Amino acid sequence: MGDMTRAGTEPVLSVRGLKLHYFTSKGAVRAVDGISFDLYPGETLGLVGESGCGKTSAGSALLGMASPPGRIVEGSILVDGTEVVGMSERSLRRDLRWSKVSMVFQGAMNCLTPVYTIRELMAETYREHAPEKKRDAVAKGGEGIDNLLAESLRLVGLPAATLGRYPHELSGGMKQRVAIAMALFLEPKVVVMDEPTTALDVIVQAQILNLVKGLKRDLGLSCVFITHDLATEAEIADRILVMYAGRMAELGSSEDIFGNDPRRGSQRPRRGSSHPYTKMLLASTPRLHRRVSELAFIPGSPPDLIDPPEGCRFAPRCPFAKAKCHRDEPPISELGPGHLAACWKAMEDPEYERL
Amino acid sequence: MSVFSPPEPADIILEVRDLRKEFIARRGRARVRAVDGVSFALRRGEILGLVGESGSGKTTIGKLIMRLVEPSSGSIEVAGFEPGPRGGGADIAYRRRVQMIFQDPYASMNPHFRIKDVLEEPLLIHHIGKTREERLAMVARVMEKVKMTPVADFLDRHPHMLSGGQRQRIATARALILRPSVIVADEPVSMIDLSTRAEILHLLKTIQEEMELSFIYITHDISTARYFADRIAVMYLGRIVEIGGRDEVIDHPFHPYTRALIAAVCEPEAGRAGTLRELQVRGEIPSASDIPSGCRFRTRCMYAAEECSALPEPGLEDIGGGHSHACRRWKEIGATRA
Repeated sequence: MGDMTRAGTEPVLSVRGLKLHYFTSKGAVRAVDGISFDLYPGETLGLVGESGCGKTSAGSALLGMASPPGRIVEGSILVDGTEVVGMSERSLRRDLRWSKVSMVFQGAMNCLTPVYTIRELMAETYREHAPEKKRDAVAKGGEGIDNLLAESLRLVGLPAATLGRYPHELSGGMKQRVAIAMALFLEPKVVVMDEPTTALDVIVQAQILNLVKGLKRDLGLSCVFITHDLATEAEIADRILVMYAGRMAELGSSEDIFGNDPRRGSQRPRRGSSHPYTKMLLASTPRLHRRVSELAFIPGSPPDLIDPPEGCRFAPRCPFAKAKCHRDEPPISELGPGHLAACWKAMEDPEYERL
Repeated sequence: MSVFSPPEPADIILEVRDLRKEFIARRGRARVRAVDGVSFALRRGEILGLVGESGSGKTTIGKLIMRLVEPSSGSIEVAGFEPGPRGGGADIAYRRRVQMIFQDPYASMNPHFRIKDVLEEPLLIHHIGKTREERLAMVARVMEKVKMTPVADFLDRHPHMLSGGQRQRIATARALILRPSVIVADEPVSMIDLSTRAEILHLLKTIQEEMELSFIYITHDISTARYFADRIAVMYLGRIVEIGGRDEVIDHPFHPYTRALIAAVCEPEAGRAGTLRELQVRGEIPSASDIPSGCRFRTRCMYAAEECSALPEPGLEDIGGGHSHACRRWKEIGATRA
């Protein structure tokens, strides 16, 4: 999905100024502290950052969820034109979750209750969230529902016989496929996937990524894909939102973030990421096909979000930080079409040296 | 380079010969061949990466070397010396020479212990240091080595007060304090954030060079093995299917399984989201209680022919420069050698 193709297309998901804070005894943890983005139909948006950057909180907020003591305190989330923020718990369950926005949770494969068969587990989800028509089929049970369930398993490459199996009889990859099938069953507008490949072996990871790509192609799936690994985002995401300390650091197309090789005949040569945080995340990502003697790393750790640093939140770890960065928060600026970054350095000197 | 030439006996710090471990499962109805005939030698000052998926037996090898499980057959020698029966003098001396860094820094330390207790315990077990002061001086030295400074800030903390990266530094310090010859590191960075992962690997490598330590680096991630290891052994269902210098194995793999592992790695480059990837492998790893006859990889191999199931299992074939693989059809498949 290039920037050009979506002229006139309405985003299926539109997030503006979203803030989700956790109210602890020590103070409010500002886990998500003002992020905005759009997701277009058929697109995969990658949400990336270190642990504690607010990716998972932001992802679950899209389903109107905030695990206590968390609360969405500000902002707007429009799913297909419907406002999610402020919806009652009842209508969230009835009108949003699973039917419009579904989620594959982190470690979803370990969330399958061990005493139920896959059939029972899947049927339960549908009883809870399905619209009337499908719910009737589910309630009646019998062959009708088995056909429905088998069909959604087929979609993720599992045989119908899986329905009678218990979670412990399945491999990690198969359980992850079941979790994806459950997320897709009600044909939601948006699927949020939170680290769906992280605990899996490399080959199974690649198989799951291929599965998601296939679903994207065949069903036109719109997806928010959360991971800490930029290499995985490169494999799956059309656009990437880099989060740091609850805020947006950079947002751009895969080419804007990873750069492209002009020799491959791309329309517009791009040098890659502009925000120092993205650059440093990239430099610390190991690359198999490049002989390196040193891997870079980001010294220090993300800040305490009860009392985040003033100015740019990345400044304490940033090699380019100047007095201004510690004092004033950088605005979000557009570096190219659809390529945004919140960095004084990138804004004032877009040609600054590559890390 | 010397790392790629066959080892001189005097260079060898750890030697594993025809190691096997069979677990009995399902009340005796299944025999799980977790490690199924593995031999290799680790040179002094070398890092050997053991790479494979879950179920490949790599962690069991680590546990066997640590004597956390008893082998069914085969032998392990460290510096020419076998451990003997458990709990005996030779066993205790062996355990002092071989130390481990575990995968999960959240589960590998007693939560009631302070950091100084965590680090002093091995010294107490092995009766090192006459007085508490002497032992705490050793603790302080090893903490400096892993860059947990200022030492006084950390000594009285409990493990839960440290980040994952800091805990893994302490785990490293605990492994170092006995001045072992061999360290078995089982996925030491897989539970740490990518941004700190490189920092820990860098630290381990610096210490390894300074102290001329030998490492077994167990991982499912062949891309960190390229950075960290000198040689790589690729394991599949309890066996080594390819072994050689890290650049040799990654740039010129012979075994189809090694190729599949390499093809599965994601690289941070643009333009990959649009296309499905060719994976060069079918399905998932079978159970170690049901290992296929003939070549054990044939059920998933894209190149399997009749001979692969009909003929006995291929052994490791040396193709020069210390690079070996266990594939009968490597010539037909066509090596990607430059």
